Amino acid sequence: MGTATLEVPVTQKTATSARRIKVEIRRQASPDAKATTETFEIPYRPNMNITSLLGEIALNPVDVSGRETTPVTYDSNCLEEICGSCAMLIDGKAMMACSALVDRLLGDKPDKTITLAPLSKFPVVRDLAVDRSVLFENLKAVKAWVPIDGSYDLGAGPRQQPQIQEQRYPLSNCISCTICMEVCPQFNDATGFVGAATIAQAKLFNMDPAGSVLKEERLRALAGDGGIQECGFAQNCVQACPKQLPLTEAISDMGRDVFVQQVKDFFTR
Amino acid sequence: MAAAPRIIVIGGGLAGLSSVIKIAEAGGTVDLFSIVPVKRSHSVCAQGGINAAKDLKGEGDTVLKHFDDTIYGGDFLANQTPVKNMTAQGPAIIDLLDRMGVPFNRTPEGLLDFRRFGGTLYQRTAFAGATTGQQLLYALDEQVRRHESEGKVTKYEGWEFLSAVLDSNGICRGICAMDLRSMEVRTFAADAVILCTGGIGAIFGKSTNSVVCTGSAQSALYQQGAYYANGEFIQVHPTAIPGEDKLRLMSESARGEGGRVWVPRDKNDKRVAKTIPEAERFYFLEEWYPKYGNLVPRDIATRAIHRVVYELGMGIDGQPMVYLDLTHIDRATLNRKLEGILEIYEKFVGDDPREVPMKIFPGMHYTMGGLWVDFEQQTNIPGVFAAGEADYSIHGANRLGANSLLSCIYGGFVAGPKAMQYAKALPAQSGDGGHAAEIARQKQINQGLLTSSGTENPFRIWRELGETMTRHATIIRYNAGLAEADAKIVELLDRARNINLSDKSQWANTSFAFARQLFNMLHLARVVVQGAAVRDESRGAHYKPDFPDRNDEKFLKTTKVSFVDGAPKIEFEEVDTSFIEPRPRTYAATA
Repeated sequence: MGTATLEVPVTQKTATSARRIKVEIRRQASPDAKATTETFEIPYRPNMNITSLLGEIALNPVDVSGRETTPVTYDSNCLEEICGSCAMLIDGKAMMACSALVDRLLGDKPDKTITLAPLSKFPVVRDLAVDRSVLFENLKAVKAWVPIDGSYDLGAGPRQQPQIQEQRYPLSNCISCTICMEVCPQFNDATGFVGAATIAQAKLFNMDPAGSVLKEERLRALAGDGGIQECGFAQNCVQACPKQLPLTEAISDMGRDVFVQQVKDFFTR
Repeated sequence: MAAAPRIIVIGGGLAGLSSVIKIAEAGGTVDLFSIVPVKRSHSVCAQGGINAAKDLKGEGDTVLKHFDDTIYGGDFLANQTPVKNMTAQGPAIIDLLDRMGVPFNRTPEGLLDFRRFGGTLYQRTAFAGATTGQQLLYALDEQVRRHESEGKVTKYEGWEFLSAVLDSNGICRGICAMDLRSMEVRTFAADAVILCTGGIGAIFGKSTNSVVCTGSAQSALYQQGAYYANGEFIQVHPTAIPGEDKLRLMSESARGEGGRVWVPRDKNDKRVAKTIPEAERFYFLEEWYPKYGNLVPRDIATRAIHRVVYELGMGIDGQPMVYLDLTHIDRATLNRKLEGILEIYEKFVGDDPREVPMKIFPGMHYTMGGLWVDFEQQTNIPGVFAAGEADYSIHGANRLGANSLLSCIYGGFVAGPKAMQYAKALPAQSGDGGHAAEIARQKQINQGLLTSSGTENPFRIWRELGETMTRHATIIRYNAGLAEADAKIVELLDRARNINLSDKSQWANTSFAFARQLFNMLHLARVVVQGAAVRDESRGAHYKPDFPDRNDEKFLKTTKVSFVDGAPKIEFEEVDTSFIEPRPRTYAATA
């Protein structure tokens, strides 16, 4: 053993190699192409997640009928649920593919077929990859930043009670996965609703001592069509959020602030 | 007046975004290229915190102590001037991040809280829960979004850097890049280019790094004539969660907050961890290194775990794993200071680390080496700068925990203004500056890949590369194994020329893009392996049992590798030791 170098623990392949995982994947070659479904059978290993399953397909892109196909296109990066890339519909539910564990998805039904599909509310790029740039545009609209004077040395920032940090930090954990938007019945072309993530970020920066200088502009951006009034309080967002952001609380706090701002503006502008 | 300098920044992690902010502030125009939307860059994975000697705990910490800890921790291989500058700027960088709204943890009085990290005796690490990298990246991302909305920054997200455009004098005049959706290849003009493309974890197959951390950009530049320095210095983090698809980091901050590493004293002890009495546990780091305890630097902790598992045969249940135990700390404290990483463990392993000791093992984590740069972050290719994990300049033979975020921001803050200064003095190019020739070269490479009708699958070659590199070029290195690894990489390069892409389409073709990265990974892997083979000593993360001691006379030198006739050519350069005299590095009680 003395000469052994770094070996990553290997899972026991022999005992379980016979078992196979069935997965059905919705595929689409390009934004305008027709969607099709392909089924694969992947050799089972303990502790697999959906991204490792997709990696196995890339190693051997052959479907269940033995037909050669192409590796599946999907977004991923950190594989530990912090970059927000790999959101997709897994068994019909919007989830992060990296933290979706196969054992948990199958539960006590090992023969069940897992289904994968792209998020439904965003334009498909290819297969499971979608274009979610609308969120980043929304963040521009609500000026989700602190307008610092400059990046030169201006000394320490203002003191801040730990209680403020403890309220801001959970909102700052948003990974921009857009799952809250996917599951929201109001997030659609008809309403133009900005969605919960953007509203929560507006609250985050309104709570910052220096960021609050843009508070009124943020509230005005959230007033009117597509703004906070579109929320129908379905509360799907808060249940689906993989990072457990207090989204409904943020929406109701911001809703009150937007209303107050509108009244104020009505009399003064 | 001439037009504002046009600078291209590649990579939107902490280093890239830092340089963008400095350039935009100074009146330059930036084109920012990133494979992923910049908010999804690998910097989000950093957990524990960022170092700066603010001395808010009354311990008498100073920037010079931070400087000394960093040089000593890096086993004296880092050039001292840039490290001295970085540590001196640390407090101002923390203040700036605080002003940008980073939700750093606070003391009851409302000041920034600090915790202890590895390789120091001071509480020097500011933190935002256990998701500090994410919080820092977001703060910079928000500032860049503000500059973007003001028209100073144009983002090219979903574009991959392929190469630099060099004119007939070898001066950089822009880049060649590929749109990962339309697969369009084109060149972009620039007066200077800053490469901030992170680490090379993918070369080792499984690591704590993100998918995009392939080192492809650095390798492409190396193959165009840039020096790659200290490639053999690879940090293996002592505490990672072994996984099917990657090794997930378990932050050093777990030990900074009091976490203890142990195994049962009796290797046949099958009892549940919590029922094993204190006296029957072997806290090997605390016993072997009483002064620093669980917070010895990473290379030392990693070798200790390796020794416990492979030499003493004391891994849990005979498996390559040891306990990282937080269960003696109260839940409220754990949630306030470490929640993010505890959730990762819970989600991916299924156990609650507040109740059950975690099972961890070392995993490839950080690239100390990188593109060679001068003290102004410029590579040897005029007009190409580098910053962050992609350059080699700060961490020497081993990086201290919580110094990476600082080095990224510091590097970006130097590279941005220096690139502007360079661009303002740059003479106009003659002819097309090499653009037509470079785009033709890149299109030819693409054509070759798409028409290749061999038998090899690029992902399979990659898997073999990862296994070879992990086996021979991580914690323990032998010259025979390194020679074997190099021969294997040459074989893989050969096989990669016989590739057959199952997907030959020209829309969002990920395996095509991956095949391009694969060639670059293979060339860079040879730099790592050959650098390790030549360095017959042990220093920091580079450890050879056959040469167990540091040898300053022969190897207190930077390894510089250039790409000559398709293979690495190694030379050495003196290290700047102008401030601190090298001394033996020992973290035992007497240090």
